[in-house]
Amino acid sequence: MSLLELQDVDVFYGDFQALFSVSLSVEEGGTFACIGANGGGKSTLLKTIAGVHRPKSGQVLFNGEPVDHVPAHDRVGMGISLVPEGRRVFPSLSVLENLQVGAYGGRQGDWNVDSVLELFPLLKPLIKRQASSLSGGEQQALAIGRALMSNPHLLLLDEVSLGLAPVVIQRIYEAMRRLVGTGTTIMVVEQDVQHVLTVADRVACFLEGRIALEGRPSDLSSEQITAAYFGM
Amino acid sequence: MDWVNVAIQGILLGGLYALFATGLALVFGVMRMVNLAHGDLGILAAFLTLFLVESISLGVLWSALVCIAVMFVIGYLLQRGLLNFTLGTDDTRPIVVTFGLSIIIQNGLMLWFSADSQGLDAGRIENISIRVSEQLSIGWYPLLVFLIAVVVIGALQLFLTNTKLGRAFRATSDDQEAASLMGINNRHIYSLAMAIALAIVAVAGVLMAVRTTFDPTQGPFRLIFAFEAVIMGGMGSIWGTLLGGVVLGLAQTLGSQAFGVAWGTLVGHLVFLAVLAFKPSGFFAKTVTA
Repeated sequence: MSLLELQDVDVFYGDFQALFSVSLSVEEGGTFACIGANGGGKSTLLKTIAGVHRPKSGQVLFNGEPVDHVPAHDRVGMGISLVPEGRRVFPSLSVLENLQVGAYGGRQGDWNVDSVLELFPLLKPLIKRQASSLSGGEQQALAIGRALMSNPHLLLLDEVSLGLAPVVIQRIYEAMRRLVGTGTTIMVVEQDVQHVLTVADRVACFLEGRIALEGRPSDLSSEQITAAYFGM
Repeated sequence: MDWVNVAIQGILLGGLYALFATGLALVFGVMRMVNLAHGDLGILAAFLTLFLVESISLGVLWSALVCIAVMFVIGYLLQRGLLNFTLGTDDTRPIVVTFGLSIIIQNGLMLWFSADSQGLDAGRIENISIRVSEQLSIGWYPLLVFLIAVVVIGALQLFLTNTKLGRAFRATSDDQEAASLMGINNRHIYSLAMAIALAIVAVAGVLMAVRTTFDPTQGPFRLIFAFEAVIMGGMGSIWGTLLGGVVLGLAQTLGSQAFGVAWGTLVGHLVFLAVLAFKPSGFFAKTVTA
């Protein structure tokens, strides 16, 4: 059984349809990457899985159970945690408080303030600082650490490399590799294809709300991916 | 020595204004909602205590405690059952709805208790004072009100900074969608914020009722003073609200002393306008953006 399964999911923003009958499944312990250009529906997909958006039709199954009626704040307790696009740390709270809030509705597990600081040592000296004073990379590390505090079964990462310096992106991806090593199932959305394909064991390319290509990165040629990415 | 006396009274009166303002500031801080019925809810608490004292002859202190608990429950239900539905894209909806609520409360109180002025008798504490010197004495009751204000505001501050729920309040205030992704149920948090706000305004309403006479139409005046205290203190700062209340209390009592009783309230408003003109963000503005 897959950890996460989407069956013919349609999502609308008012009259605008963002996802067209999307079906996919994510295996336990796997790393699933969603790539594609802007407006492809990748972020909408993650927000739908996290419960921010409700599908108009179709089903989202988590651990084999339909979760469409479960509000976002209750999905955290089930083990679904989203690192939203743009990081969205709580600006007026300290780094420590951000992490503490991350554990608010979460599950028991191995992740706590100490283990998160071990994964992101750069946060250690900043622990008492207000989150608004952090750099983009530091905020991104904090946003991921905050999501881990809920001990997620499925971690959803939305555009974690956007707007960050290459050296910072390297660090974030190193951390992601370590997370994969701990057995956390990860679903990651990226525009930057090169990095994400080094960690993913499954990739779906989104184009205008539909999956244009799906498979194992090792089975796909870069020509195929480029063609799907640009819709050629 | 008269002036010192008056100034001390003004400072102590500021504690009461701050208590009226604290709930307003909390609700605005957590859910960016302006509650125009806030003053009327304080007056409602005063009448509720009066009712408990007169009808089931519970003592004033016990009646006040029951009233505070009842107002806490009313706050939760009011937010969960009505006001949560007004929040969202349109900022004017909660303003219109709470304006309507204000009218309903005033008229309901008038139907039930008539438009007569009422008073709440707390006994001896109202009349005893500490004699500091020949010309200077401080009333025990105004001092007690001020100390209660400091304790309540301090407790609220500790709650917000040092508890799991308090952090959830602040996280929701920063970014409600991100907070819900942490497992925080916004609607529950909003309802708890309103419950705490009304419990605090109940404290204020009862303390006011012992201090002066009150009638069903006084809510809007209380609301204006509360607004002035919040804005002078700086949005989002709880201790700022105390300072805002003290400045307003001082301005009113010193204004009365200087120009006559009728001028006190006006001087209070003018000082508020001056603060707004020269320091629009208030004394301790604490707005943080990402």
